[in-house]
Amino acid sequence: MTSQSKQAEMLSGAAMVIRALADEGVEYVYGYPGGAVLHIYDALFQQTQVKHVLVRHEQAATHMADAYARATGKAGVVLVTSGPGATNAVTGIATAYMDSIPMVVLTGQVMSHLIGEDAFQETDMLGISRPIVKHNMSVRRPEDIPALIRKAFYIAQSGRPGPVVLDIPKDMTIPSQTFAYDYPSEVKLRSYQPKLKGHSGQIKKAVTALLAAKRPIIYAGGGVIMGRASDELTELAQLLNVPVTNTLMGLGAYPGDDKQFVGMLGMHGSYEANQTMHHADVILAVGARFDDRVTNNTKKFCPDATIIHIDVDPASISKTVNAHIPIVGLVQPVLEEMLGLVKQKKKKLDEAALASWWQQINAWRAVHGGRYDTTTSQIKPQHVIEMVSKITKGNAFVCSDVGQHQMFAAQYYKFNKPNRWINSGGLGTMGFGLPAAMGIKLNFPDDDVVCVTGEGSIQMNIQELSTCKQYGLGVKIINLNNGYLGMVKQWQDMNYESRYASSYMDSLPDFIKLAEAYGHVGIRVTKPEELEPALERAFALKDQLVFLDIHIDPKEHVYPMQIPGGAMNELFLSKTERT
Amino acid sequence: MRHIISVLLENESGALARLVGLFAQRGYNIDSLTVAPTEDATLSRLTLVTHGNDQVIEQITKQLHKLIEVVKLTDLSESAHIERELMLVKVKAAGNQRDEVKRCADIFRGQIVDVSANTYTVQLVGTSDKLDAFIQALSGSQILEVVRSGVSGISRGEKTLAM
Repeated sequence: MTSQSKQAEMLSGAAMVIRALADEGVEYVYGYPGGAVLHIYDALFQQTQVKHVLVRHEQAATHMADAYARATGKAGVVLVTSGPGATNAVTGIATAYMDSIPMVVLTGQVMSHLIGEDAFQETDMLGISRPIVKHNMSVRRPEDIPALIRKAFYIAQSGRPGPVVLDIPKDMTIPSQTFAYDYPSEVKLRSYQPKLKGHSGQIKKAVTALLAAKRPIIYAGGGVIMGRASDELTELAQLLNVPVTNTLMGLGAYPGDDKQFVGMLGMHGSYEANQTMHHADVILAVGARFDDRVTNNTKKFCPDATIIHIDVDPASISKTVNAHIPIVGLVQPVLEEMLGLVKQKKKKLDEAALASWWQQINAWRAVHGGRYDTTTSQIKPQHVIEMVSKITKGNAFVCSDVGQHQMFAAQYYKFNKPNRWINSGGLGTMGFGLPAAMGIKLNFPDDDVVCVTGEGSIQMNIQELSTCKQYGLGVKIINLNNGYLGMVKQWQDMNYESRYASSYMDSLPDFIKLAEAYGHVGIRVTKPEELEPALERAFALKDQLVFLDIHIDPKEHVYPMQIPGGAMNELFLSKTERT
Repeated sequence: MRHIISVLLENESGALARLVGLFAQRGYNIDSLTVAPTEDATLSRLTLVTHGNDQVIEQITKQLHKLIEVVKLTDLSESAHIERELMLVKVKAAGNQRDEVKRCADIFRGQIVDVSANTYTVQLVGTSDKLDAFIQALSGSQILEVVRSGVSGISRGEKTLAM
């Protein structure tokens, strides 16, 4: 034995798991105990540095960890048992994977010698999770645990982030078997070296193309949020007076109330954003992936545009739409380098061309496509979001579920800061909103945290109201209750002659009583004039979870809406108008 | 277009499943696949034959690169290369058929590696095209069994795919 290993602390596999998390700077682990992870839970119990949050269903643990990662850029950590514990986490892992969110998921596994024997609560979690993780690994020897956990965090957080699953057989964590603990300070993998800086020649080309543009637009996605590049993006856009559109995942990357912001683009994007994109001659795409909910028919996509595409993942470039000037690298250093070149060149865009471009954009803006009816006696969901935006001054964390309410939140909340719009964009996971809001509130107790949801989505993880009570999570739930699965109903209205196959929810619970049963405050809002005082009251109750059950117009649709098969600027603007 | 993609892969459990899974998940084709450890036991060399248009092949190579266990890869068919496939064919060989099969094997420089009273087993090495042609040529005989190894390939000249 060398003198070094003599000094090393001897720890069990279970204790090493927790110590490694502490060394990684993890404050909270979200999870649910069970047979295969009991040694690890016992190790958790015997220390105070890493705190555990007990959810009511494993899916909620993954969404809590995921939301923390969306807000901070650091990997959220989940701990679940084998079998059903692990499979319940699958939806949350896939949610994180689709939106490139760093997460480390520790799943228990049956003892090594039982693997493959269909043992109690055995499931092949490596096999199940393989298509929905950035990477997964299993522990073969307890002494490898520190290095594997370090590697899991490194892979999850570097390059294009994503979830990593570490499967831990129970016999790797036996308390009586101890090993030398040494947490590696860095990881080097010969097979994984994500590109950081962009290619300087390509960046020069991009700047030249951008400065020569007559009808430019910046199209910024979630990569700007996770890549912490919204300052650089904002500076570049404002320096050049170029319009900016954000994807659903990119909201907040550019200030929502700035005059250069033309709104979200895509399926439910603004009229002006989709028009500006379609007619642009240069598109600077930053950390966005040209997905089908943005492009509509790729064959008709932005016919005149030279496309500059910055992305950390080369596979995202020219996947659906060909990029003319691809730049592979982290968006922050690439944008910084672009900024430096623009400043150095002291050249601006053609002023006359830009002025007439802005004139055109402002004319599109004046069309007000997708504006809602403000003359009815019913509560409009758009109005609710506008009111929430006003009361929270665009600074709240808005955690959304999936459906019409998600689109209303995206369209009408003015996000002024990045990392504050927390929603499941890629996978579209109903049930995401409440656990996400919980993960945010726990980590940002002094901020306003809103969960925008509907009576469909909220019931997919309603059991977490109990977790909220246990940890005192004062989330404000905005339940846009229209009695229908609104987005499904909208499609049925538009494509199935209003045959509402299973989109009406009979026998909804009394959400006020339900909130109260869990120990929270419930407020029902049925008239427009009740809305503002109810919201004021809810946000004034700082530490309380308030469930606002807001009965909205059940007939409302989300507009604009791209017409299937069309170009991105071909839109339905209301139930009766189209482009 | 047919492409031969050669991959250096960490020789770890699950790595092959991850690679093959990628093809299934994203709807790419695998026409043949061979894999075995290299002289460095920590690395496997994998040769995969696939087909698709340029955009699909570009996505395949990019997506393969993203797999953590993929160390290096190259599209062999982009430049001069050697490709070989091994085939074992068991053919009915009785009566005057015996001479016919023997002659055919000779023409293709195949070897008869096993003999029974009524069968020959022929071993043949070459490009996939040559192997296909041999099977065509045997059409007059009764083929009992065909086993093909899938393609192995290597670049011509000094170009290597190694650490």
